[in-house]
Amino acid sequence: MPPAAAALDGRALAATSTPAGSPIRAAGILAALAIAAVAVPVVADDYWYNAILIPFLIMALAGLGLNLTMGFAGQASLGTGAFMAVGAYATYNLLLRVPVLPLPFSLLGGGLIAGLVGLVVGLPSLRIRGFYLVAPTLAAQFLIAWTFNQVGWFSNYATSSAISAPHLALLGRDLSSPAGRYALTLASVVVVTAVAWRLVRSRTGRDWRAVRDGETAAAIIGVPVSRAKLSAFFVGAAVSGVAGALWAFAYLGTVDARSFDLDRSFQAMFIIIVGGLGSLSGSFLGAAFIVLTPILLSHLSGTILGTGLDGGQIANLQRVVFGALIIGFLIKEPNGLAALLGSLVDRLRRLAHRPDPLGED
Amino acid sequence: MSFFLETLVGGVLAGVMYALVAIGFVLIYKASGVFNFAQGSMVLCAALTFVTLTEKGLPFWLAGLVTLAIMVTLAVAVERVVLRPLVNRSQVTLFMATLGLSYIIEGGSQFLMDARVHELDLGIADLPVALGPIQVSSFDLVAAASAGALVLGLALFFERTRVGKSLRAVADDPQAALSVGIRLPALWAAVWAVAGFVALVAGLLWGARQGVQFSLTFVVLKALPVLIIGGFTSITGAIAGGLIVGAGDALAEIYLGPLLGGSVSTWFAYGLAVAFLLVRPAGLFGERPIERV
Repeated sequence: MPPAAAALDGRALAATSTPAGSPIRAAGILAALAIAAVAVPVVADDYWYNAILIPFLIMALAGLGLNLTMGFAGQASLGTGAFMAVGAYATYNLLLRVPVLPLPFSLLGGGLIAGLVGLVVGLPSLRIRGFYLVAPTLAAQFLIAWTFNQVGWFSNYATSSAISAPHLALLGRDLSSPAGRYALTLASVVVVTAVAWRLVRSRTGRDWRAVRDGETAAAIIGVPVSRAKLSAFFVGAAVSGVAGALWAFAYLGTVDARSFDLDRSFQAMFIIIVGGLGSLSGSFLGAAFIVLTPILLSHLSGTILGTGLDGGQIANLQRVVFGALIIGFLIKEPNGLAALLGSLVDRLRRLAHRPDPLGED
Repeated sequence: MSFFLETLVGGVLAGVMYALVAIGFVLIYKASGVFNFAQGSMVLCAALTFVTLTEKGLPFWLAGLVTLAIMVTLAVAVERVVLRPLVNRSQVTLFMATLGLSYIIEGGSQFLMDARVHELDLGIADLPVALGPIQVSSFDLVAAASAGALVLGLALFFERTRVGKSLRAVADDPQAALSVGIRLPALWAAVWAVAGFVALVAGLLWGARQGVQFSLTFVVLKALPVLIIGGFTSITGAIAGGLIVGAGDALAEIYLGPLLGGSVSTWFAYGLAVAFLLVRPAGLFGERPIERV
């Protein structure tokens, strides 16, 4: 075996081992929720909603989906973009063809359909282990994008490849304003995250981790390995599918297969690796990093480099800096931002001998 | 029938180029267990450097040498800055690191040189040549011949020389290889340098075909199915896989495309690869089970 080929190892365990019920953590989650639901709508303007908050929340959800499959259950996947596309197109078709269904149910339905597709894509995981699983998921990535482009029914025979999303409304309230789309996104993210949180602490979640940490050992002690793998693909793809539907409806306003290309899958993988494999909060931290860094970089390059460079050149420089940041992260913080934050909280706690509010974000 | 043959031969000729790119992967994979996603951006970087130098008026041989020097420097830097600190990390982490690396190489080379499409004329004529009952482009023939020669040369180099033997020793058992005194960092640098050289040749051939531009990096996406079909650890496998994918793509596009509505080649190779994974997970020439229990 090549020196570095140890596939998804148990190192990610470190990230999950922070005490789940600790008061700091509970306080932190509550405070974050309060800020997101109460404080943000007071201060945020349209730019914050459209460019930062909504994409951050949605990508965190997409990352969360991948983290369930890959971080918790150890099944590598490069198909997140495809699952998001399925979620988006499925929700679009549900809204279009079953108009009696309220928006939340269409979103849920889109997620479930994406989950079923994920289940099929995950079937090879019963025979293939480790990093090689990226091949079938990549196949799905290309095949699904191709299908949506070729089969007109999915886009209701729209002439352009980007179809505009139907009007967003819930119980007679219009959700198409930035604040409304933010509320929809936040609510979906909170609900899905809560379900995921319950799930990873349930028997299913324990099965996933057992399969990740030692498939053979798990099988010996009676963990249903195949069921664990397939359920991880199902749940992960379903969560990513909801994220995809939100991406299309609450963020872009159009349903377009091109916005769910391979780069989106890579982005999701960056999110969970930078944030922390096998950590729910890591998905959010990673998404903050992945979404905010390019924005920060473009602001920085605007102020530092002035007007001497054209947009293409600035974009190239950003690629370089982003790539370097990724590599730096992989080298310096193997367990991701979640572990970094955890050790920071620990250190502060030891310093102060009392719960410290700095663990709150 | 002759149309079928023409499609097949055209596909096989393209497949030789896939094989060329795939060999760069196999070398790095054998030496360090990294699936090097940056191989595509190395192809772009090499071709872009070469074409920029020739546009500045350098003769071909000098431009080639300078580009090679740059690629070797890049290889050594990658070993020092990226691979060494990431020793013993999971395969996915290493893959992500090469993804970050590809951002750096792509952004960097497009920043320093021009991002527009460069014409690259290697002075090889592109004329139809009658080959028995079928017509083949003379450029494709020359390209496939040079790629084939390089592939053979590399295969021999890694079969016969000391570097090649150390490479196989490391692929077999890195600990044992280290303990008998094989210098892993030096080997990594050497292998990345060879991969840089392969990228240069591939970049020149592909660049002359379709212009030197960003889309050169996409060859990396064709290399994964090639490797799965051939086996990640086998140069022979990379060649066979390249030919199979090249021929399969061309035939599928012609015969399957009209039935399914076109652009089948975006995913056909992956479908083939998945079929191989299910039936023969180690690939045609893979050396061992793909995942140890």
